[in-house]
Amino acid sequence: MAEYKLELKGVCKSFPGVKALDGVNLSVRPGSVHALMGENGAGKSTLMKCLFGIYKMDEGEIYIDGQKVEIRDPDDAMAKGIAMVHQELQPVLARSVGENMYLGRFPVKKIGPLQVIDHKTMYSETSRWLSELGLDYDPKALLSSLSIGQMQMVEIAKAVSHEAKVIIFDEPTSSLSDKEVDFLFKVMNDLRDRGVAMIYISHKMDEIKRISDDITIMRDGTYVGTWSADELTTDQIIAKMVGRELTNIYPEHKHEIGDVIMEVEGLTSIHEKSFRDVSFTLRRGEILGFGGLVGAQRTELMEGIFGIRHLAAGKIRINGKEVSIKHPSDAMDAGLGMITEDRRGNGIVGCLSIKDNVGISVYNKYLKSGFVLDHPAINKVVNDSIDMLSIKTPSMQELIQNLSGGNQQKVIVARWLANNPDILIMDEPTRGIDVGAKHEIYEIMERLAQQGKAIIMISSEMPELLGMADRVCVMCSGRLTGEIHDKADMTQEKVMAYATQF
Amino acid sequence: MQKTQSQKIRDFLINNGVIIVMIVLVIYTGMTSKNFFTVNNFLNLFANMSYRLVIALGIAGCVITGGCDLSGGRMIGLGACIAGTLLQKIDYAGKFFPGMNPLPPLVALLVAMLICACFGAVTGWFIAYLSVPPFISTLAMMEIVYGLNMIYTNSTPLGGYTTAYTNFSTGKFLGLSWLIWIALLVAAITWFIFNMTRHGKYMYAIGGNVQAAEVAGVPVKKTLVIIYAKASAFFALAGFMIGAKAGGASVNTGLSYEMEAIAACALGGVSVTGGRGKVSSAFIGVAVLELLKVALQFLGMNANAQFIAIGIVIFIAISLDIRKYVAKK
Repeated sequence: MAEYKLELKGVCKSFPGVKALDGVNLSVRPGSVHALMGENGAGKSTLMKCLFGIYKMDEGEIYIDGQKVEIRDPDDAMAKGIAMVHQELQPVLARSVGENMYLGRFPVKKIGPLQVIDHKTMYSETSRWLSELGLDYDPKALLSSLSIGQMQMVEIAKAVSHEAKVIIFDEPTSSLSDKEVDFLFKVMNDLRDRGVAMIYISHKMDEIKRISDDITIMRDGTYVGTWSADELTTDQIIAKMVGRELTNIYPEHKHEIGDVIMEVEGLTSIHEKSFRDVSFTLRRGEILGFGGLVGAQRTELMEGIFGIRHLAAGKIRINGKEVSIKHPSDAMDAGLGMITEDRRGNGIVGCLSIKDNVGISVYNKYLKSGFVLDHPAINKVVNDSIDMLSIKTPSMQELIQNLSGGNQQKVIVARWLANNPDILIMDEPTRGIDVGAKHEIYEIMERLAQQGKAIIMISSEMPELLGMADRVCVMCSGRLTGEIHDKADMTQEKVMAYATQF
Repeated sequence: MQKTQSQKIRDFLINNGVIIVMIVLVIYTGMTSKNFFTVNNFLNLFANMSYRLVIALGIAGCVITGGCDLSGGRMIGLGACIAGTLLQKIDYAGKFFPGMNPLPPLVALLVAMLICACFGAVTGWFIAYLSVPPFISTLAMMEIVYGLNMIYTNSTPLGGYTTAYTNFSTGKFLGLSWLIWIALLVAAITWFIFNMTRHGKYMYAIGGNVQAAEVAGVPVKKTLVIIYAKASAFFALAGFMIGAKAGGASVNTGLSYEMEAIAACALGGVSVTGGRGKVSSAFIGVAVLELLKVALQFLGMNANAQFIAIGIVIFIAISLDIRKYVAKK
């Protein structure tokens, strides 16, 4: 038997105007978890898409069990025993778990001359695979009734049911709670024992250290090297990813905390299972962190404050005056800004330029004779923010969808800075962006705090939460369960204790 | 990485496919039939394009927000009939309002546009505030408007228009019919709205990503209502123009013109999935369709077969055009 289950050699792939992969190698041993790491834009996803037959590579070879193979399309990849758990889930929400698992390969039976779907087999097979992974979902339940984490598990069950020998996990944990991550790792350990080769893409260092056997690092489309996981420290991994040593990614806290700017009292959602009776205060120049597990309703609470969701009860006072916020535009008038968690879902407008993406929320402030857009003034604002936030783009006319995740996020930051809010809500501000851009976002936050702006930051990454926040509020199941004032008191254990009260 | 010469040429051909097809067709027709390149032929062509452009510009707003407006054709009919009933000669035998002095044409136009805009606003209200999909909402309004128009006119065709009204078609300014000037004016106003006002920017943002637009503080609902009201006002104007040109109107005036307008928008590059499209897109689309019709006539193609040709051109042109936006793999 060959030493490696899967080998990629010298993979090259170009897109018009950019060489995305340049001679990348990847060798995965059977029964191992192989972490594939690199900043955003390093080419990890492109490489996986080449392997899975979604992209056609320009050069390079693929070997499975030492045999050279060619992979034409995803069907072909699956036939050769490769399965992929995508970062962006693509479930058919309105159909059942079983149908999702067997989509495109429904078991059939013959009734006379007709071929019909054999529902009985499909559901019994689904139950079998689910129980194999220790999952107790009803195969007939609609996918929409599951949580994101559960959907992810269904996706994994699907990969396992293909009897795949190679499974690619593309950032599977980005929307999972810690408990769900533990469960995922348990499943992955089982698969490892069964000899499955797994490729694991993630930005979360602690997970990499926990689960992986080998690590391959990529940078700017090139192959940096492969190491055994216990050879490298987290700092070394980061250094190899960015090509420089990053000493401290959190900027020094120099901002001063001032008077109370916002008071929230007894905020309750119209939905029973969402946030209820949440009260907190926010001061000028303060970075207030919101911790909690996924599903703790932090995002919903912030969206409630910002007028995206409806409130059943509660008061919001800004500068001592009660405000009524029914729509994001009301929130903006009250001096609020909000960077949402789901950048692609409700952050960027992909098919518009950087200029329009910034301008959209300030066009009503730059008008001549009351209704004609003042393009020169807007251009200046946009160009200034491109410079100030060092957004990497050829021009402000570039479509935002052509930028990397980190630069897109900076454009969204620019949108809100153009509004000059007193209070900026940042929901997972660094989700899915690379280490370098993260650092820049942190510096922007520090700078805003120094200017006396108040920042609310939701973060599910514990180091970020503890590293950036002056004070941490923790939520659990829609309720505020704790508040940690003292920097010395801010520990992972303490946050977790509050986050798991119910 | 530099693009090679052949890649650049290919990109150019794909990006400008529709216009190239149009130019080739025009040159070919011009060379094979000697009466094609005449002033009269083109003046006639422009007159036919004029009201179609107004319709396309109205519907473009809906399409850019990711919607459509199926009530367009019936709204044109209503606009044409309202204007028609107010603009019949006082001594015309079959006059709709016997004894009523005909209004000045611009006043009648304004009345028709206002009434249709109200109906459009209702459609937009259902779309924006009750989340009825545009396809269904405008379909419902299509039925309502048609019924109202039949009741209003008793399904009787209208005629006997004042010369002040028909002059919009026959009268000329600087050698061009007033219909053409109206279309140019509407194009200029629409360009201004799309590019120089908040409303235009909001429209693109809604079409690109409605959730993001909402979070960014865009008054999504209000914008949608305005877009559908504006579209209907444009349809009424188009109805007015068609009435002037034909010298009459009936409840079936404008029937299915909205489909042609949607096709023209798509041909010209207004993305039917929303977020993209310019005034020039609508213009190019209308021009391609009209030139195609005239060219095929000149080439002596069977009138029925022309529909087939138009269908094929839409298939090919959109397939080429969509390549610009579909991610390359």
